[in-house]
Amino acid sequence: MNLQPTNTEELQAVILENKSLLLRGGGTKTALSTVANESMILDMGKINGIIEYEPSEYTFTAYAGTPLRTIVAALAEHGQYLPFDPLLVEKGATIGGTVAANTSGSGRWRYGGVRDFILGIRFVDGQGRSVRSGGKVVKNAAGFDLSKFFVGSIGRFGALVEMTFKVFPQPRHYMTLQMTYAILANAMQAIFALTTSPLETDAVDIETYRDEIVVLIRLGGLETALAGRVERLKNFLSQNSPVEAIEIIEDDLQLWQSVNHLEWASDYSSFIKVPIAPRQVEDLEMKLQLIQSKRRYSAAGNIAWLAINDDSQIAALLNDLQLVGLRILGPADSPFIGQLKGRDMLQRMKQVLDPHNIFGDI
Amino acid sequence: MTAQQFFSRLKKIFPEKQILTQDVQLLPYESDALTAFKTKPRAVVLPETEQEVIDAVRLCYEMDVPFVARGSGTSLSGGSLPIKDGLVIALNRLNKIVKLDPQQRIAVVQPGVVNLHITHAAQVHGLYYAPDPSSQLICTIGGNIAFNSGGAHCLKYGMTSNHVLGIRAVLADGTVAEFGSESLDGVGVGADLVGLFVGSEGLFGIALEIIVRLLPKPEKYRTVLAAYDNLGKAGDAVGQVVASGLLPSAMEIMDNLAIQAAEASVNAGYPQDAQGLLIVELEGESEQVESEFEHLEQVIRASGAHEIRVAQSDEERTLIWKGRKGAFSAVGRISPDYVVQDGVVPRSYLGEALTEISRLSKAYDLRVANVFHAGDGNLHPLILYDGKQSGALEKAEALAGEILQLCISLGGSITGEHGVGMEKRDYMGAMFSEVDLEVMQEIRRAFDPKEIANRGKMFPSGEAPALKLHGMHPLEKKGVISRE
Ligand SMILES: Cc1cc2nc3c(=O)[nH]c(=O)nc-3n(C[C@H](O)[C@H](O)[C@H](O)COP(=O)(O)OP(=O)(O)OC[C@H]3O[C@@H](n4cnc5c(N)ncnc54)[C@H](O)[C@@H]3O)c2cc1C
Repeated sequence: MNLQPTNTEELQAVILENKSLLLRGGGTKTALSTVANESMILDMGKINGIIEYEPSEYTFTAYAGTPLRTIVAALAEHGQYLPFDPLLVEKGATIGGTVAANTSGSGRWRYGGVRDFILGIRFVDGQGRSVRSGGKVVKNAAGFDLSKFFVGSIGRFGALVEMTFKVFPQPRHYMTLQMTYAILANAMQAIFALTTSPLETDAVDIETYRDEIVVLIRLGGLETALAGRVERLKNFLSQNSPVEAIEIIEDDLQLWQSVNHLEWASDYSSFIKVPIAPRQVEDLEMKLQLIQSKRRYSAAGNIAWLAINDDSQIAALLNDLQLVGLRILGPADSPFIGQLKGRDMLQRMKQVLDPHNIFGDI
Repeated sequence: MTAQQFFSRLKKIFPEKQILTQDVQLLPYESDALTAFKTKPRAVVLPETEQEVIDAVRLCYEMDVPFVARGSGTSLSGGSLPIKDGLVIALNRLNKIVKLDPQQRIAVVQPGVVNLHITHAAQVHGLYYAPDPSSQLICTIGGNIAFNSGGAHCLKYGMTSNHVLGIRAVLADGTVAEFGSESLDGVGVGADLVGLFVGSEGLFGIALEIIVRLLPKPEKYRTVLAAYDNLGKAGDAVGQVVASGLLPSAMEIMDNLAIQAAEASVNAGYPQDAQGLLIVELEGESEQVESEFEHLEQVIRASGAHEIRVAQSDEERTLIWKGRKGAFSAVGRISPDYVVQDGVVPRSYLGEALTEISRLSKAYDLRVANVFHAGDGNLHPLILYDGKQSGALEKAEALAGEILQLCISLGGSITGEHGVGMEKRDYMGAMFSEVDLEVMQEIRRAFDPKEIANRGKMFPSGEAPALKLHGMHPLEKKGVISRE
């Protein structure tokens, strides 16, 4: 049986009454929200809804259990969006789960990830204390920034109750340029040329699971300028490395929605996120090719997404490269694979916020 | 522990010439840019290596000596004010850019690197470091990290925190910790420790090496000046630009007093009759900027501006910014003393806040000039007074306090970028509950069990050092730096 508090007081009581809890938002990130031990599920789904949304202010505050779908729809009515492009919107992911798992999508390339848009939070810690950090305005330097701290905390330090975000106006139109390369080195050469140029792009994804290397580059902006910008980008990229084929996708909504739902990874049971430096793409890809899996790299090579069935060899591989991965879908044992940095500092934060280890080990 | 023991240990870490103990040597370190506060430290050390910083911190921890890390001492909130009998660890000699990788758009820097020097090093690659505090000619990345500093151009791409990817730091108990990486998304696996460290006002320890991200220099700028016959209207125009769906890279406001002062010192060609002047800048790819610009002109026209000017050349743009960036110091020069606050209000309340500030100014019979980051609602009211008149400082402080309360009551914050430091610690209780503050204290002690790093700052406390006069930073008086 799951525990389902409906307000802060009930949540505090649940936390004080239980020894071991696993937080769950929408349950879409199975590896993080399924119990592997004797923990009870603390389901945040009933603490939901948008608390405040002031379109002219470009900020909103919502309860943790609010489905992204609800937020995306409310924002869209006013031409606004979540620039960090959270994953699994249509699958039922919540805003709280998105912050906890730090699942920014391909669109994070343009303006930043979850951490760059979160302004304030309220959470209940492992001692039942309701704590606020940050604020509701777009700029605030008072007090420690626990809002950012909670990004990627996978529910180990407390239960997020509400959070405030800034949002941006959504580009009115989009187009995607699909570039095909014979080898990954050519694709990376093009990407490095692009990232040091003043050309502005919304997403840069590399797909290595097709016959050839495919790079998808999304552009957003005002319609009057868009076609010209795409043409310019196309010429720029063609000059910078040998390309096999170029295609302009004018109606690209479905394409990016399917990326958001991880459709490309659906024939595998595990799904792992590995933040990497763009220079590591080729090395990592070479090593991963030897293991039955599918890979996608987003944010111009700053994040590797790995779809795989048996991830037992991955830990050694990531350790070698001094990388850490987060398992998002798949078995619910230890979520971190490889080398987690700053563990000592995380332990100290754990001592403050969850000294009785109700929310699980780091 | 005796002072003698401490010094003999210190001498084992540092060559003699890197330890300052004489009064004349200590004098420049007694205050930061909040010149109202002064404290004499026990000594100042000038480390030249990372290991020296680590050893100094470990010694302080072992012997229970409080320390303050110091960059260039431009903090406006008393952040780098020494602690009585404590050690000042001045980081200016750790000023190397360790690595610059244009393709990955990152730089790895030591904490004493001056903000603008990163851009200088990056610009040959067409890149720059985005956060631009007006003190960027001299302030250091270490100081920027402590306060999560911002600048006029932080509207689109964020403050310091949004540009830091990784940090190596020595915590106050001497432990060396490393978090983040060269990846744009490398923080936030297991929690975002970079986000926690940035803005912690030096209370956790000292940043030793920092990975920052760089951005490509925009291809095109469009800079617009709009003049209004009333300040509230200029404030409302900000809300209208934001609401229109445009995303300018900067939106700044100056009031008449600031315009007059800036004109007198820089001659930027501002419309002198304006009661409120709005500067809006768009940046990006040429075609996109031109399209946005058409849209912006319509919004500004509809907002009731009586005069609109557009920079026609790079020189004109530079002049507009020179006037804006110099305005703060220019206003400072027309008054013997001033205090400045940096509270934040929601953007749609800017008009209301400005109207209220001008009412308070009349009620207190003190002149207030406004020059500020309007796009993110970050006010910078300069309260002018004459410290030689008895009670004038107290009156100015009382007015400043009312403005902070106003920001809180409108749902804002007591500080947008200058930090709490020494100056605003007694207002923390108005923004946060006792539990919030208790948790923050516990977090601080988790990294600094003896509370030796920046002791006495940020958290509310009974005793405050005596206030002296407020005035300009010595470098400001010389015209070396200016502020926003
Ligand atoms: C004229 C003027 C204009 C200004 N304009 C702006 C502006 O536009 N925007 C803005 O945000 N601020 C502005 N400021 C404030 C100030 O410049 C910033 O706060 C700046 O970041 C301080 O840098 P610093 O090197 O001078 O740091 P310092 O004043 O020396 O130190 C500031 C704080 O940082 C801590 N610190 C220093 N180095 C480290 C380190 N390596 N690790 C951990 N902690 C450290 C210190 O202990 C202290 O608490 C202005 C100040 C002046 C005088």
